[in-house]
Amino acid sequence: LLNANRTMAVGSIDKIIIANRGEITCRIMDTCRKLGVKTVAVYSEADANARHVQEADEAYCVGPAEAKESYLRSEKVLAVAQATGAKALHPGYGFLSENAAFADACNAAGVTFMGPPSSAIEAMGSKSNSKEIMIAAGVPCTPGYHGSDQEPEKLKEHADDVGYPVLIKAVMGGGGKGMRLVHKPEDFLESLESCKRESINSFGDDKVLLERYLTAPRHVEVQIFGDTHGNAVHLHERDCSVQRRHQKVLEEAPAPGLDQKLRERMGEAAVLAAKAVGYVGAGTVEFLMEAGTDDFFFCEMNTRLQVEHPVTELVTGVDLVEWQLRIAAGEPLPLKQEEIVTKGHAIEARIYAENPARDFLPATGHLFHLSPPTGEGVRVDTGVRQGDDVSIFYDPMISKLICYAENRDLAIEKLLASLKEYEVVGMPTNIPFVEKCAAHEAFRKGGVTTGFLEIYADDVQIPEGVEASDTAKGLAALALAIEGIKSTNGFVESSFRLHGRAQRILQFKSNDDTKSQINVWSNKDGSYDIEVSPDTTFTNVKGSYDVANRTITAVINNKALKASAVISNDGNDRVVSLWSQKPGHFFDDESEEYYAAITIEGDVVGASVGSGAAGAVLSPMPGKIVAVNYSVGDLVKAGDVVMILEAMKMEHPLIAPGDGVIGSIGGGEGDLIQDGQQLFVVEAEGDEAAA
Amino acid sequence: SLLPTSLLSFSTLPPTTIGSPIKPQIASLTDKLQFDESNEYTGKLLEELNGKLEVVRKGGGEGAVDRLRSRGKFLPRERIDMLLDPGSAFLELSPLAGEDLYGDIIVPSGGVVTGIGSINNTLCMIVANDPTVKGGTYFPITVKKHLRAQTIAKENRLPCIYLVDSGGAFLPMQAEVFPDVDHFGRIFYNQANMSAEGISQVAVVLGSCTAGGAYVPAMSDETVIVKGNGTIFLAGPPLVKAATGEIVTSEELGGGEVHSKISGVTDHLVENEKDALMVTRDIVGNLNVENGRLADSFTVQSKDSVKIDYEEPLYPPSELRGVIPVDPKKPFDVRKIIARVVDGSRFHEFKSEYGTTLITGFASVKGQRVGIIANNGILFSEASLKGSHFVELCCQRKIPIVFLQNITGFMVGKRFEHEGIAKNGAKLVMAVATAKVPKITVIVGNSFGAGNYGMVGRAYSPRFLFQWPNAKTAVMGGEQAAGVLATVKREAIERGGGEWSEEEEAAFKQPTIDKFEKESSAYYSTARIWDDGIIDPADTREVLSLSLTAAMQEVGDTRHGVFRM
Repeated sequence: LLNANRTMAVGSIDKIIIANRGEITCRIMDTCRKLGVKTVAVYSEADANARHVQEADEAYCVGPAEAKESYLRSEKVLAVAQATGAKALHPGYGFLSENAAFADACNAAGVTFMGPPSSAIEAMGSKSNSKEIMIAAGVPCTPGYHGSDQEPEKLKEHADDVGYPVLIKAVMGGGGKGMRLVHKPEDFLESLESCKRESINSFGDDKVLLERYLTAPRHVEVQIFGDTHGNAVHLHERDCSVQRRHQKVLEEAPAPGLDQKLRERMGEAAVLAAKAVGYVGAGTVEFLMEAGTDDFFFCEMNTRLQVEHPVTELVTGVDLVEWQLRIAAGEPLPLKQEEIVTKGHAIEARIYAENPARDFLPATGHLFHLSPPTGEGVRVDTGVRQGDDVSIFYDPMISKLICYAENRDLAIEKLLASLKEYEVVGMPTNIPFVEKCAAHEAFRKGGVTTGFLEIYADDVQIPEGVEASDTAKGLAALALAIEGIKSTNGFVESSFRLHGRAQRILQFKSNDDTKSQINVWSNKDGSYDIEVSPDTTFTNVKGSYDVANRTITAVINNKALKASAVISNDGNDRVVSLWSQKPGHFFDDESEEYYAAITIEGDVVGASVGSGAAGAVLSPMPGKIVAVNYSVGDLVKAGDVVMILEAMKMEHPLIAPGDGVIGSIGGGEGDLIQDGQQLFVVEAEGDEAAA
Repeated sequence: SLLPTSLLSFSTLPPTTIGSPIKPQIASLTDKLQFDESNEYTGKLLEELNGKLEVVRKGGGEGAVDRLRSRGKFLPRERIDMLLDPGSAFLELSPLAGEDLYGDIIVPSGGVVTGIGSINNTLCMIVANDPTVKGGTYFPITVKKHLRAQTIAKENRLPCIYLVDSGGAFLPMQAEVFPDVDHFGRIFYNQANMSAEGISQVAVVLGSCTAGGAYVPAMSDETVIVKGNGTIFLAGPPLVKAATGEIVTSEELGGGEVHSKISGVTDHLVENEKDALMVTRDIVGNLNVENGRLADSFTVQSKDSVKIDYEEPLYPPSELRGVIPVDPKKPFDVRKIIARVVDGSRFHEFKSEYGTTLITGFASVKGQRVGIIANNGILFSEASLKGSHFVELCCQRKIPIVFLQNITGFMVGKRFEHEGIAKNGAKLVMAVATAKVPKITVIVGNSFGAGNYGMVGRAYSPRFLFQWPNAKTAVMGGEQAAGVLATVKREAIERGGGEWSEEEEAAFKQPTIDKFEKESSAYYSTARIWDDGIIDPADTREVLSLSLTAAMQEVGDTRHGVFRM
C-alpha cells in the first residue's frame, strides 16, 4: 500500500521505451527503476536473451540481427512505442540517437523524444553549418574555411589563408572517414581529390571544409543540459584525448591541468553553444585545445548522451539520465549553474572484445567467464553477463570501467588495480592495452594530446606471442590436475599407485600452435612433480585449487604462490586463464605480465573424437547421380555434400568424409551407378607432397 | 568452557564412527629397539621389491620401447594413465608375475598389465598387453594373468577394458598356452559369459590382434581401433600368402578402415592412441552401470563430488613397516596392525576374552564397514569356533571380511586331536569356503598348512589376496618339512641297524630347507600368480580400501554347508 502511494513516474512519464541495446540500455533502466518508471526494450533476434531484454519490464523483437534490419528500423521501433503506451523514447547513443527525422516522428506520434529538438540535431549534424552558428554566437572556432567554394583551386587558396597543417574534412563526414591532413601546400590538391572521392562513396556528398590542424591538440568536451524553459547549464568538462583512430580509450573528468578560470570559460562557451541552437536535454560540446595554451576551439556538438557520461556523473553527483527524464517531462533543470560543482576525479576505460596484439581486430565469442572488478569507487556499466556471446553484429564492448577517487593519482591507481582484477575468459580483450595506457608516465603526468597513442605507440604495444612463464605453466598444470579430480567413488582421490607414479601428459599449445609436452606426476604424499619443459621440473608441488572461488595456491620452488585460475574449454582444448597480480595475490614472476592463458590441446577428458578420415566414397546402393557439386581439385570440408544420388525415390547426399581435396570423381549428372562403385575420393591436403 | 567435554567430542565425530579406539597399551609400538630393527629390515625388503618393480615398469627393453614410440604408441601403464579418471587410483595386479619362469626369456609383468581403476566414475578391470614384451604374445603366465583379471572382473562385476596389442600365442610354448581348460580359449569363453551376465566387454585395438587374438575385439560388446596401428585378422599376410597365394598388406587385410567401414568388426575408428582412449572413456560413460549393475535409467544420478567422511587411523600406517619382529618366531599383537589400518583405529572387538589367538571384530576402512579376522597365534579349537561364528555374523549382515593372515597352523597333539581340532578347524574352513561376502586376504607373515585354508588362502577364492614382502607361504615350514623327512629316513636307517650322525642328518635336511625357503618366498609366489601382488605394508590401508571398493560392486548371498558338530 505504501508503494502504491509512491510516485511511480517522473511527471507524466510512467513508461519509456529505450531504442537501443547493450550497456547504455541497462544503465538507463537502472535510473528508471530508481524513479519508478517502467521500461520497454526492443531487441533483434540475436539479442533475444540479452541482458537489456531480461531487465526490461517489456521487450519486443524488431527484426533480425543486423542493426539496419532491427535497431535502425525507426518505424518498427516507433510502432512498439505506440503499442506499449510509452510516453517517451530514449535513443541511447548511436543507432537512431542523432536522427532528426526520427525525433520528429516520435514527437508527432506523441512519444517524447528524449533529446534535443530536431532543429538542433540538424544544425549540429552538418559540420560547416554548426561552425557558422557557433561563430555567430561568439563561440571560439578553429581557423578554417566553411564556405561553398568547392573548386579545388579555390579551396587551395582558402587553405593557404587558414595555414598549414590543414585538415580537409567532409562536411557530412564522421567516424574518421573523409578526413585528410595536409602538411605542405604542394600536397593539398592530391589529398583533396582522394578526400572527395572517399566522401562521395561514404556519404554521397563530396563537399568539404578546411580547418587548421592543431599540432598538440587535446580533446576536451563539456557536458551541457538544456530544458524546455530556455535554460541551459554545463556540468563541466571531460578530457578524452587518449584516442585510437578517433575511438576514445580513456576518458576522465575533470580535465587535468586546467585552471579554474579556463574551465569556467569553456563551460560558458558550451552554454552559449547550447543556447544558440535552443538545445534541450543532454549534449556535449567538443573543443580542441592546443596543449600548453589557454586556446580552445569548437569542434562539434554531440546531441545525445555520451558513452563517457559516467565520469561526469561521478564528479558532479548528478544522474544524467534522471535529468533527461525530468526534462522530457517538462520539468526545469534541477540545479542552477552555481550549484553544479565537481569533486574528486573519475576515469573511464572502455573494455572491448578485441585483440590489441593483432591490430585491435574485433573479437567475438562466448563469455565463458566474466568477473568484473568491484569495490568502492568502482563502477562497471555493462550489457553482458557471463555466458553471453559477443557477436559480430554490434560494437564489441564488454563494459565501461569507471573509477572514482578523491584525486587523479588515486583514481589512476584504482583503475590500474581494477584492470588487474578484471577477469574475462572466452575472447581477447583490450584490458592489457588499456592498462599500459593508464600506467604510462605521460598519462600519469596528465594533459596528453590526441597524439598520445601514436607518440607512445611502442610503449603501449601489446606484443604478440608472449609465452606464458614456466611458473604460469606449472600453475596451470596443477590446476588441471586438481580440478580433474572428482571424488565420487573410493577410487578417485590421490592417483594411488602400488608402484611408479601416475603420469598425466599435457600438450601445451603455444601462441604459434607449436606443441610441447608438460608432464605431471602424482607423488605419494599428494604433491606433484611438474615438468614444464625439458629443462625445468618443479618438484613436490603442493597446492589446492578452490574452483568455486577460482583461487589456486601452490608452493613451487619453496615459494608460495596465489593466483586466480579459470579453466574453460575451447573445442577439445582446455584453456587455463591465470591472473596473478590481483590484490591478495602473490606471484614470483617479476615480469609485468599479470594475465596468462595456457592452452592444453585435446585435454577435454571424455571428449568424443571423430575419425575425420579422408578417403574414397563408394555408392551405398544402385542409383542415379542427380548432382555433382565439386570438381577435381576443389577443397572440401568434412560433411560437405559432394554428390547427390537418387535411388528408391529418395535423394541421398554423399558427403566428404574428411577435410581435403577432391582427388577424383567417378561419374557425372545423370549417370547410373552400381552398388559399391567408387564415386569420389577426398585426399588429405599435402598427400601428394608426402608421396 | 561450560560444555562437558564428552558432549563436545561427540558432536565432532563423523557419522561412520562406531566402536572405540584400540587401547594405547595394545596399539602402541612401545619397544623402540624392536620397531627400529623391523623397520630397517622391511626397508631392505622394500628396496628389493622396488628395484624389481622399477625393472618391470620399463617393459621389454629399450629397443622395443623405441620402436613402440616411433609408431606413436605408448607403454601399457601410460595408456592406462590416460584412460583413467584424473586422480583415480590404479590397483595393479601381480606386477611381478612371470619372474624367473622361462630361463633366459624375460617376461616383465608376465607381458600384460592388469588392474582396476575408475573410468568415467565406473570401476573397470583393465587388461593391457605389453607389445614391447615379445610382441605382446601370450606365455602361460600371460594367459594365467589375463584369466585371473577376468575372474576378478566376474566376481566383482567390473566391466572389462582390453587394450589389445598382441601377436597371439607364444608359439614355442603353444602346448602350455592353447589346449587346456585354463588356457587361451578360456579368455573368450569368459568374455562371452561375462557379456551374458551384463558385465560389459570393451576392446581397444591399439596394435595387432592376430589369430586367436582377433577374437578379443570380435567377442567384445564395443570396440575401438586406431587407424594405421590397429589390425585384426585370423591370419596375417605371411600365412595368407602361404595358404592361398594371395598377396595383401596388413592394412588391406584387417586395418582400421577395413574393420570400421567394411567388415564391421570394430565400431569406432580413431586417428591415434590418445583419441582411442578418450573414445573408450565415452564408451564406459555410456555403459549405464552403477555398482556393477545396470543403472536405473529413470533416476538422474548426481555425479557431483560425494566425499565419504572418515577418520584417519590414530597411528600412522607407515609404522606398519616396523610392527612385525624380524624373527617370525617372536610374538606380537596383531591389533597393532589393525590400529594402523582402520578408521580412527576404532575396533569393535568380538569375543575378545575367548579363543584369544584369533582376533575378530568390526571396523571401517575409509568409511567401508568390514569384519576383520586376524591371527594372534596358532589356531586352537576355541579360536576356530569363534572365527566360524564371526564369519556367520558377517555373512548375515553382508559385511565384507578382511583376513590378516599370519599363521603357522592349527594346534597339533593328542589332547587337541581328542577335543576335535580337525572338525573345529573344518568348521572354520567350511564357513570361509562358502561365505559369499567379499573376502580379502593380506598375508602379513606366515601362511602355513591348514591355517592357509581357514584364513582364506588362494584356494578359498578371496576376491583379492596380497602379501607383505616378508610373507612366506608353504604347506609347512622348511625346518618342519626337513624334520619330517629326516625322521622317516632315520627310522628306516635305524630299522636296518644303521647309524645316522647328526652331521649326516643336517646335510640331509639342508636341501629341503633351502628348497622350502625359496619356494615359500613372496616372490616365488607372486611370479606364479598365487597372489594378486606384493605390497608395501605402509600401503595396506589404501590397498584394502581400493579392494573393498571394487569388491563391494557385488555382495553375494551365502548358504553354508553342513557343519560337523
